[in-house]
Amino acid sequence: MLPTLLEQTTTRVNAEIDPALHIWGWEIAVYLFLGGLVAGLLILSALLLWRPREQPPSRILQFAPLVALALLSLGMGALFLDLAYKLHVFRFYTAFRPTSPMSWGAWILVLIYPVAALSGLVALGPDARAWLLKKLPLGKVLAWAEGKRQALLGATLAGGVGLGIYTGLLLGTLTARIQWNTAVLGPLFLTSGLSSGAAFLLLFKLDEVDRHRLVRWDMLALVVEAVLIGAMLLGFANAGAAGQLAAEALLGGAWTASFWSLVVVMGIAVPLLLEGIEIKKHLPLVAVTPTLVLLGGLALRAVLLAAGQDSGFRMLP
Amino acid sequence: MNREKRYVMVVDTRLCVGCKACVLACKAENNTPDGFCRDWIVEDIWGLFPNLRAEIRSERCNHCSNAPCVDACPTGASHKVDGGIVLVDHDLCTGCKACIASCPYDARYVHPDGYVDKCTFCAHRVADGKTTACVAICPTKTLHFGDANDPQSEVAQLLASRRHKVLHPETGCEPNLYFLT
Repeated sequence: MLPTLLEQTTTRVNAEIDPALHIWGWEIAVYLFLGGLVAGLLILSALLLWRPREQPPSRILQFAPLVALALLSLGMGALFLDLAYKLHVFRFYTAFRPTSPMSWGAWILVLIYPVAALSGLVALGPDARAWLLKKLPLGKVLAWAEGKRQALLGATLAGGVGLGIYTGLLLGTLTARIQWNTAVLGPLFLTSGLSSGAAFLLLFKLDEVDRHRLVRWDMLALVVEAVLIGAMLLGFANAGAAGQLAAEALLGGAWTASFWSLVVVMGIAVPLLLEGIEIKKHLPLVAVTPTLVLLGGLALRAVLLAAGQDSGFRMLP
Repeated sequence: MNREKRYVMVVDTRLCVGCKACVLACKAENNTPDGFCRDWIVEDIWGLFPNLRAEIRSERCNHCSNAPCVDACPTGASHKVDGGIVLVDHDLCTGCKACIASCPYDARYVHPDGYVDKCTFCAHRVADGKTTACVAICPTKTLHFGDANDPQSEVAQLLASRRHKVLHPETGCEPNLYFLT
């Protein structure tokens, strides 16, 4: 019989590295959640505003791209709080490193600002425009943006998809963390961002047609999310010792309870059920369902962020 | 002949007694902050009592040939210099910690001043033609440092004549810290 490792001792006790890696806390979970939510908001608002309407859309849709920018700024604030060397934050913008997802993300974030701001102007209804033009001399910009409406909404859509995928890839490319070493994270975070975006819009007063569409898109996104989580676990099941380690945290290990209760049941299963009932019985939507979806999105980031950090190669034989 | 240098460290696990002189020499040489270390001692016990086997290793950054930390760094702070040594440019580092997450060996940490820090293979000493502080102090001649691409070097000859391993070769990072077994 081959001898097995009985005990390992180390003299290394570096803070945040030992005994288990914990370099990223709530700041990054909040940032990843808000990044996904903003991606969802940008994609959904671009899609819903694609065709010019005779009547101005509901207020929240008119302001969706600008609200997305406000939320993105909050997210970047959380990201900033996480930096250990805050004075050097400008260094993200003195280089572009094509191999680094973090570098892509930093640039995507700043590129989204002008695009979403211009889309935000286009999305405003007549009342809001008149009010804005009284306060700020934006007449020329608005006229120019109106002429490029389709291109701007297209760019917003692309920016949203890029942002949504990036938040997943950021973790997914850090292959030294075994649980993040799955290609599913990009699509999973994008889909979760879409459902969060829809849920956020559903918290506000919407036109009946938009509300109906968003509920259905939200349900679709939740189903796809559940399928992707299944695919992730299936992938782990077929990935040998590393996969076993990655699956363990969610299937019996430290993160099992929070993953299944907060992410799967609270964030996906219950909202799906409630939305199904609401559609079937033609009930008015209540704020509970979208709130659960949003909390589930935050929980997904928080759980995978924490569980993944704690899945290093040192845990393999 | 003009060839590229590849600095490696060779650790003879048959000689190491785990005295931690390398750890202290590193702290003294590189003035690492309290509570942090750039190199450390790992002791593995294998088997079942009473048939036990021990392996003591002096570990540090592997200065991987295919370094994921360099790829993950968004600012170019993590970079490679002559001989394949991986360094962190403190002035470029934002403390985003992507490199820490990308390192399969968990060899990096956040310095209390904010930047990310790790073993430099004592690049400042190597540039002066000296060996690293840990190698210089090792009382049992466990540690060896040199250019593996030079067939005359001590490290090349040790690797040619002795059985050796690297840690977690499955990462594909091509680590440059070798352990004689």
